[in-house]
Amino acid sequence: MTELTTMDAAALAVEIAAGRVSAVEVALAHLDRIAAVDDKVHAFLHIDHDGALAAARAVDERRATGEELGPLAGVPLAMKDVVVTRGLPSTSGSQILRGWIPPYDATVTRRVLDAGIVMLGKTNMDEFAMGSSTENSAYGPSHNPWDLDRIPGGSSGGSSAAVSAYEAPLGIGTDTGGSIRQPAAVTGLVGHKPTYGGVSRYGLIAFSSSLDQAGPLSRTVLDAALLHEVIGGHDPADSTSIDAPVPAVVAAARDGARADLSGLRIGVVQELSGDGYESGVLDRFSDAVRLLTELGATITEVSCPHFGYALPAYYLIAPSECSSNLARFDAVRYGLRVGDDGVRGLEEVMSLTREAGFGAEVKRRIILGTYALSSGYYDAYYGQAQKVRTLISRDFAAGFKTCDVLVSPTTPTVAFPLGARVDDPMAMYAADLCTLPASLAGTPAISVPCGLSEGLPVGLQVMAPALADDRCYRVAAAVEAAVAGRDGQPILAAAPSL
Amino acid sequence: MASISREEVAHLARLARLAVTDAELDVFAGQLDIIIGSVARVGEVAADDIPPTSHALPVTNVLRPDELRPSLARDEVLAAAPAAEDGRFRVPRILDDPE
Repeated sequence: MTELTTMDAAALAVEIAAGRVSAVEVALAHLDRIAAVDDKVHAFLHIDHDGALAAARAVDERRATGEELGPLAGVPLAMKDVVVTRGLPSTSGSQILRGWIPPYDATVTRRVLDAGIVMLGKTNMDEFAMGSSTENSAYGPSHNPWDLDRIPGGSSGGSSAAVSAYEAPLGIGTDTGGSIRQPAAVTGLVGHKPTYGGVSRYGLIAFSSSLDQAGPLSRTVLDAALLHEVIGGHDPADSTSIDAPVPAVVAAARDGARADLSGLRIGVVQELSGDGYESGVLDRFSDAVRLLTELGATITEVSCPHFGYALPAYYLIAPSECSSNLARFDAVRYGLRVGDDGVRGLEEVMSLTREAGFGAEVKRRIILGTYALSSGYYDAYYGQAQKVRTLISRDFAAGFKTCDVLVSPTTPTVAFPLGARVDDPMAMYAADLCTLPASLAGTPAISVPCGLSEGLPVGLQVMAPALADDRCYRVAAAVEAAVAGRDGQPILAAAPSL
Repeated sequence: MASISREEVAHLARLARLAVTDAELDVFAGQLDIIIGSVARVGEVAADDIPPTSHALPVTNVLRPDELRPSLARDEVLAAAPAAEDGRFRVPRILDDPE
């Protein structure tokens, strides 16, 4: 591994801007790294060798003309395959989109490219972002660089694997119920789910539209903040996009790095611990809470009585929205078509195509959503779940009356072995136990590494009120600095080399 | 409540245009029965007076001026379609043969 692939994004950008290294050299170093390790990790579904080098050359040329570059210009990035990219495959981990070449860019893609960030390729994911392990990908699972027999989390597991394996310093993920935070936690990375509406959904292949949100994955809190400011902000093409300035997350990350949280009020959510949580995870969480006290924060226990209903509410709302969203895969306008022999009618071709193109988890959720939205069941399931969503938001509001942020473990367990939960959907769903409340409430939440259990990383989740993403970054940066001070190195430095 | 039969799953799959196999039905029916049994726990919450939340943050309808804007290039869009003909999407047969 060369030094260029171990440097964080902020440092790389400084070196490139100063002319001490070219963007092309940085891109080549990462493409070499991908060539060396991606056979083992399988983070990428598509590597855009030529496009990456062309983008890097363009950055070097702009610099040569004296143009001032953005704070991440020339830095490589791994893009989750759910985000559409003009001219590049965008499968969302599904067979039904195999070979589809989008004719347009997502807003996230556009902003990344306009910032001079070098997109290396598209990363693996659970099909249509439904899963917590990447095992639901139609193209085979990704592997956790900490232990190749374990899951890298999901659904953004290709991006988490790529960044933790030093194939890219930055990754884009999307989070519907925890799909940025959980992969970050189990691979020793920082991952942030912005306030719902903070990042445009235009060009994200939709799973559950009232929950889906794109965000950054990186090895440092500052890198995540820098990427957040690139992709965030109002977009007229997304009617749910927030028309307000992006929270000052970079300043917050720099402020947090001073490791002083004097006067900050932090609530520990009582309901996010107990049964189903590994003792090693709870121990590291207690250590982290102690660290927060040492940083000057005041800790109180907070009760959020409805958080225990987040999982059932989520598994009604998300499948319901997915059953509607995935109706667009009708074998007519794009993607797969099966059985169109001139004799079979539209309905049969559609049914055969969807049967062949969707994997088991996607079918399960479409059927579940169709059930939950059926007349006669609607009030008891979907309607009731939406009321529970209100109560979860009220629990957050009550907590934020007395606390500036709330904290919990990000996941109940460390990375589990590949194959351990594939035949048990409810066990797989439990991986998102701690991340679901913030998804349902639309509030921002970050995961930052806080220690190791059984040699595997544990994440601390920091949740803030809507639009106060900066608080997540400030606390996460303080924890990052304190953990590095305690251990003498960042958590990821303990990962075995590939 | 909260139990679902193999026949109901087959009916839902038909509604959702999924030509599931018998083997899949066997697996899905059991799994969905467990999942529905679990998610039915939302019914334990007393929520009669609670308004539902459809979006976490308040959303209002967003309008833009009704002006012509460039669209995607037709050829590029059709190039991504499973079948196209004469500058249009070609769909599978949608009418029955005349009697």
